[in-house]
Amino acid sequence: MNIHEYQAKQIFAKYGVPTPKGIMVESVDAAVEAAKELGGPIWVVKAQIHAGGRGLGGGVKLAKSLEEVRELADEILGMTLVTHQTDAAGKLVQKLYIEDGADIQDELYLSVVLDRKLEMPLIMASTEGGMNIEDVAENTPEKIITIPVDPAIGFQGFHGRQLAFSLGITDKAEQRNIITFAQKLFKLYMENDAEMIEINPLVRTGAGEFLALDGKMGFDNSALGRQPEVSAMRDLTEEDADEIEAAKYGLSYVALDGEIGCMVNGAGLAMGTMDTINHMGGTPANFLDVGGSANAETVAKGFEIILKNPKVKAIFVNIFGGIVRCDRIANGIIEATKITDVNVPVIVRLDGTNAPEAAEILKNANIANLIVGDDLGDGAAKAVEAAKGN
Amino acid sequence: MSILVNKDSKVIVQGFTGKEGTFHSEQCIAYGTNIVGGVTPNKGGQLHLDKPVFNTVAEAVATTGATVSMIFVPPAFVGDAVMEAAEAGIELAVIITEGAPVKDMQMAKAHATKHGMKTLGPNCPGVITAEECKIGIMPGMIFKKGNVGLISKSGTLTYEGANQVCNEGYGITTAIGIGGDPIIGLSYKEILPMFEADPDTKAIVMIGEIGGDLEIQAAKLIKEQITKPVVAFIAGQTAPKGKTMGHAGAIVSGSAGTAKEKMEALEAAGVTVVVSPADIGKAIAKVLG
Repeated sequence: MNIHEYQAKQIFAKYGVPTPKGIMVESVDAAVEAAKELGGPIWVVKAQIHAGGRGLGGGVKLAKSLEEVRELADEILGMTLVTHQTDAAGKLVQKLYIEDGADIQDELYLSVVLDRKLEMPLIMASTEGGMNIEDVAENTPEKIITIPVDPAIGFQGFHGRQLAFSLGITDKAEQRNIITFAQKLFKLYMENDAEMIEINPLVRTGAGEFLALDGKMGFDNSALGRQPEVSAMRDLTEEDADEIEAAKYGLSYVALDGEIGCMVNGAGLAMGTMDTINHMGGTPANFLDVGGSANAETVAKGFEIILKNPKVKAIFVNIFGGIVRCDRIANGIIEATKITDVNVPVIVRLDGTNAPEAAEILKNANIANLIVGDDLGDGAAKAVEAAKGN
Repeated sequence: MSILVNKDSKVIVQGFTGKEGTFHSEQCIAYGTNIVGGVTPNKGGQLHLDKPVFNTVAEAVATTGATVSMIFVPPAFVGDAVMEAAEAGIELAVIITEGAPVKDMQMAKAHATKHGMKTLGPNCPGVITAEECKIGIMPGMIFKKGNVGLISKSGTLTYEGANQVCNEGYGITTAIGIGGDPIIGLSYKEILPMFEADPDTKAIVMIGEIGGDLEIQAAKLIKEQITKPVVAFIAGQTAPKGKTMGHAGAIVSGSAGTAKEKMEALEAAGVTVVVSPADIGKAIAKVLG
């Protein structure tokens, strides 16, 4: 789960990680009020969406007067931002963050992420702040500093000294500031079950202090149950409505651009099914994992979600039943044909637990449009053919 | 022969009396797994599925001599359960539970390593030595005894791969699902050498996914250490960038961890890479002649 910049900064503030003062608003008038309250003389008007690259997309602008705050708020609020991290359709800006301008001496980069190879969090830093960090890593990898921190010992003084020296910070007061900053950031990373925190840029002010000018945070979805404050920050308007609807039924759904709707159990087999369709000259319309507890209701819901997509010309149901029992899937398919108008060919391949019972159920139901696939290859080939002929 | 587990392995179940634990323990016992007891706090002294229940893993190990634990506790308690097993002297913990917090798994795996305990999973189907011992949730009937070792990140692709191998007239020595979470226990680099050393395993099926670089490490290891033929499939060639496809492991960012990169690395290491999982069985038939 991701949160907005203003929310990340609320968490930063709670842990004493310095940020400029700011106020989140949802209207132009409120933006001006917020600017008055902050006092100025310079403000930054920032679009709040769950994607990076907002500045380049025109979603972050500097205002030097209250009139300018009004103009910019009016311009940015309601605009659709397209950045390198959004899809081509972009994201609608519904919230703004009005922030005090900062006295910027230098722009640095600081993040905390999980290093899957080392199996521990990693502090990543660079003197090249304010730029796309992937480009820095690609072009000048020597400018990326990485410091793994074993959670069993936590953030120690030596981690901090290594960070300060690697960033070329020689002033003792500045060294203390950056070490404390990183220490607090690591603490909040661990305590909130964060998956990633990224501050780009981290600025050094004229006074030698460090400020988080931006803040991105993502969290481990598996830990949200024990992080009620974090969970409350979830903004459903930033997420795909179909994916949310699917998740309510234990389905994992991702929309794609193709023509063949897929309903599969297990993420790996679902991706493998998409690959097979693609290899045979077809195009998958979606990824849909029905999970381990699929029943008639969830399967019917899956059909409904797949069929909402007008591009779908055939549906391929590919189930290898382990925990999932094929007879339940078969009943779900029959259920789906009763409650939704399944107007495209459905290719069904059911194998594994209770597959013979499932075949019997489907045979007796006599559903038009239903084609049986003998195995993965056969089912995929029939689906591709059906989509072409439809 | 086989790897990791066989008909003599003494197995306990943590989370024995829960709904999932009960259902799958029953299936494992029916398959022939030597389940010697289970652990559920405050239910010690009872009998469940005709096996003794203990309050702690230490007690279970002391009484039964178990060396393997199958873990079904709820996600929030997985880290705790793994660390308890490690301190009690369990040699292999097979963690089936899905949704364990990543932070807990970092701590738990480090602790397991410190105590010399191997782990498998979490969020995996487990391990099965065909017609001897099943520790996990896979449908046992598709795993016929034979001479192909199978290792996979994905549960259902484990079944798909094993089924195809058996339909071609071959069979399985041991099949292992390693799971696709960010932090996992045993992986390709530990398991491939076990298959290499197992005299009954004549060929290996390796199934990977987009995200991370475990398959790239595996390719390097295969080139240097594995002489047996390997057939590989990498799921997610058509997955769009930046989207999570169910497994936390299946995240592509930038160029690292793409299916293409992994397939090329494996091919360069002499592996037979198939573009569709539907071709796994045929590829095995080809390499085994």
